[in-house]
Amino acid sequence: MNWLTNNLPAIWTALMAHLALSLPPIAASFLISLPLGWAAQRYRWLRFPLVTGLSLIYAIPSLPLLIVLPLILGTTVRSPVNVVVALTFYGIALMVRSVADALDAVPRDAVTSATAMGYSPLRQFFAVELPLAGPGLLAGLRVVAVSTMALVTVSAVLGVHSLGALFTDGFQRGIIAEVVTGIVGTVALALLVDRALVAIGWVSMPWLRVRSAQSETGGSA
Amino acid sequence: MNYLTEALAWIADPANQSGPNGILARLAEHLLYTLIATGGAALLAIPIGYAIGHTGRGSGLVVGATGAARALPTLGVLTLIALLAGIGIGAPLIALGVLAAPSILAGAYSGVQAVEPSTVDAARAIGMSEWQVLWRVEIPLGLPQLIGGLRSAVLQVMATATLVAYVGGGGLGRFLFLGLKTQDYPQMLAASLLVVALAVVCEGLFEVSVRVSLARKAARSRSPQLIGG
Repeated sequence: MNWLTNNLPAIWTALMAHLALSLPPIAASFLISLPLGWAAQRYRWLRFPLVTGLSLIYAIPSLPLLIVLPLILGTTVRSPVNVVVALTFYGIALMVRSVADALDAVPRDAVTSATAMGYSPLRQFFAVELPLAGPGLLAGLRVVAVSTMALVTVSAVLGVHSLGALFTDGFQRGIIAEVVTGIVGTVALALLVDRALVAIGWVSMPWLRVRSAQSETGGSA
Repeated sequence: MNYLTEALAWIADPANQSGPNGILARLAEHLLYTLIATGGAALLAIPIGYAIGHTGRGSGLVVGATGAARALPTLGVLTLIALLAGIGIGAPLIALGVLAAPSILAGAYSGVQAVEPSTVDAARAIGMSEWQVLWRVEIPLGLPQLIGGLRSAVLQVMATATLVAYVGGGGLGRFLFLGLKTQDYPQMLAASLLVVALAVVCEGLFEVSVRVSLARKAARSRSPQLIGG
């Protein structure tokens, strides 16, 4: 406990560095996965290479990827850009499948109705398919967010600053409280981001609220 | 790209391949860690998963464990257990086992859970005991999910086993951290390429074995129809 109170500023810095490394890949993998998942769902022949092919990235261990990637990016191993790009790859590996599955779950009637009403393909996607796929997209994004927040810490062994630095520093100096703080901080931050995503879903998809309220009252009756 | 040729030359150098500190010995260590940790976790997690799946009680534990596993930082678990249990290979193996258990638990549980309730009822109706229902109906039908869980556990452990060298163990990570300490990028790169290759080969082997077993299953289920038709 002493260690904790004496090191609050350092923990705060690590926390902020952690967020700066993990939020960009979460957002980037979501934005990149949308068109990829859409293409995989729209064109059958693209599904296997996009969904199964990209999910193979997830089989690549994170530390080796962080070391190999600079060869392609031209960055140093310790560069935050390197970490952000690696985490974005992992996010895409998980998210493209979620996007394709979520779009699969959109009722065909809704899509054909939109076509019948003369919606352009672009408008149909943004006004009909995307909102209806919302719950599935949110579920996928939550998985990406939580696993990204945990993955960031691996970069600490290379000297990149995040909450993972509490593991390396705590291990080298034999301070158990520091390692525990790192674990609790990482999990808590992941849960916080997860809750924030749920809240964003709650605000942006008001029709789900009506449905869940109905089912709740229906259940109690 | 110069680094890449240097890294490949490092791997190809016979001096780096054999001996107690050679690639082959470290590869064997890496595989042994994976085997022991996944095996130990499976011995514990599979019975629990089956018990929860069969009785339907405690499914919250599975959901909680898989959720927590996703949020848990592997490096944190590894360093914490290493600090608590001291130097030696026991601590990292326990940490790897802890990381492997949730996906095996989920695989065993969801396999049993996914069996059609009517199939289970039919098994009971023809007079099977609860053990027989589990052993002869639920476990065989749930094998694909269990294999899926084992597969992700093996891949996760194999990836994390690279970090074992950070807390004083062996495995392929040894070269990686040696290279990191001595600022020898080609050696780090060589070690990374070896780990990636190992992961890709294992993923491929799993994929092939799943496809083969699926093809066999399909052939088996098709043949009675052919006879009947």
